[in-house]
Amino acid sequence: MPTRRLKSAALAVAALLCVTSAKAQSPYGIGRVATPAEIAGWDIDVGGEGSKLPPGSGSVGHGSEVFGQQCAACHGAKGEGGIGDRLVGGQGTLGTPKPVRTVGSYWPYAATLFDYIRRAMPQNAPQSLSNDDVYAVSAYILSLNGLLPADATLDAKSLAAIKMPNRNMFVGDPRPDVKNPECMSNC
Amino acid sequence: MTKPPDIDRNFGSASRRRFMREGSALLGGAVIAGGLAGSEARAAAENTGNLPPNVPEWMKTPGDPMGTQPYGAPSPFEKDVIKNISKTLPQYLSASGRTPLQDLDGIITPNGLFYERHHGGVPTIDPAQHRLMLHGLVDRPLIFTMDDIRRFPSESHIYFLECSGNPEYKKPYGKTASDLVGLLSCAEWTGVSLKLVLQEAGLQPGAKWVVAEGADSAAMTRSIPIEKCLEDAMLAYSQNGERLRPQQGYPLRLLVPGFEGNMNVKWLRRLHVTAEPAYSRDETSKYTDPMPNGTAREFTFYMEAKSIITRPSGGQRLSAPGFHEISGIAWTGRGKVRRVDVSVDDGKSWQQAQLQEPVLTRALTRFRLPWHWDGKPAVIQSRAVDETGYVQPTLAELLAVRGDNYVYHNNAIWPWRIAEDGEITNAHA
Repeated sequence: MPTRRLKSAALAVAALLCVTSAKAQSPYGIGRVATPAEIAGWDIDVGGEGSKLPPGSGSVGHGSEVFGQQCAACHGAKGEGGIGDRLVGGQGTLGTPKPVRTVGSYWPYAATLFDYIRRAMPQNAPQSLSNDDVYAVSAYILSLNGLLPADATLDAKSLAAIKMPNRNMFVGDPRPDVKNPECMSNC
Repeated sequence: MTKPPDIDRNFGSASRRRFMREGSALLGGAVIAGGLAGSEARAAAENTGNLPPNVPEWMKTPGDPMGTQPYGAPSPFEKDVIKNISKTLPQYLSASGRTPLQDLDGIITPNGLFYERHHGGVPTIDPAQHRLMLHGLVDRPLIFTMDDIRRFPSESHIYFLECSGNPEYKKPYGKTASDLVGLLSCAEWTGVSLKLVLQEAGLQPGAKWVVAEGADSAAMTRSIPIEKCLEDAMLAYSQNGERLRPQQGYPLRLLVPGFEGNMNVKWLRRLHVTAEPAYSRDETSKYTDPMPNGTAREFTFYMEAKSIITRPSGGQRLSAPGFHEISGIAWTGRGKVRRVDVSVDDGKSWQQAQLQEPVLTRALTRFRLPWHWDGKPAVIQSRAVDETGYVQPTLAELLAVRGDNYVYHNNAIWPWRIAEDGEITNAHA
């Protein structure tokens, strides 16, 4: 036992030294270390592939109810749009003269739905929905777009697994893509 | 540096005259807009007998005493020079308001007229309760107070900011320079180099992106490539000498010079160092550029070279044939403006405009060309060339490549049509 205690004491000292030397590497010594709890409270960005999606789940059915209460006033009862963006339809229109860009037709990642709804929606009370409700609303919007069955339930794993139809249609920035011949006279 | 003593004296008397003029206007209730209403102002002055040989009213009575305006405001005669905010927007929480470019001189936008774009309204943030969190692929995740941020070595730079949707590609096109490209402003920013702040936390191998997040109700989020973060990005807390306005991100905003406006995240609360971009809603479904073939360009950061004549411009009127200086602004997200060409014959020939020094990297550049208008109908336009050799394109050239469903990064040449009566309109409208 004494040996073990000695060992843990030595580890604690080593850890302390580590922290001290880490601190010393800061060129200006400004700011303080953020605690894991502080980071957990603010770290809300979810990766496109679904990294950092939180625990919880929600069904299409429950999502329909939450959507009706929280979202429909701006986005329409079936996500057809209003003051807020249209969320539904438009698949197959992007290469036509009248493209309709919605979650279903345009968004490359399903997990972004969770990220965006949690951080910014509903517009009058962002970050007020529970994670379960955010999963449910995401499920309902995906279901309206034919990307999820009406009896489905979403969680971190199943949301990350959804492949959006427009996923592979994004390309990098090729600019400068337009050339003006720079004519000075007799143009 | 020596300064002639009379400069201070002259300034003093000029500001005294200004106070008196304002006082008189308020007393008389004769508040008249300046700018285009110049002739009206002159007419009013004639009526009140303020012209020579009479002694103006504002010289016969003292003006407002010191302290009448503890902050200061423009002359009441300039009351119509305000932000250009559409009255028919579907909503005003995620919305934009434009700088009245045609009413401004020089390259610096006054803070009260700086363009605005927010995605969830303007938050009121107590700086004492604001924190910047820096975490992710760093040796030490850190939290900074605003006092902490201001302890870092500071720097100041003049940079333009431009919204990427400025203007869209579809008709109806706007009437004035502000309607067309008023989501553009320029200021002197003071803050700390983002590189210094990142070094404070220690970047780990694999750090390729920094996800920046605002403390507004949209928690606006954009991913910035690490190269830009280490090049010239800064965290700004002051604008044109005073603390940021709430509309510009008080108390702290990110600046990524030359990149599209929404990436310059306001009310900055968090920097997350990552290996991959966040693929946030705003960088996938919003600020991306749809091509006619159904693909979409993503991560289109740079604002390319652009210019516009602001005087004479749409909505204004040339009073008479004769001398008129053509003046405008040019800018490029890719560095410095090298040259601005101006055509006064509907694009048949072009001549080089004079650039006002200093020509700064990623700042507005003022250009001028002396011009004698012969009183006949004319079309005038400007064309910027930047230091990479890139030439500002025509709208037709852009539409031929991108189609009219492209939404952002419209940097077209914009011609103004001058009618025989001097009326100036948008030649594309």
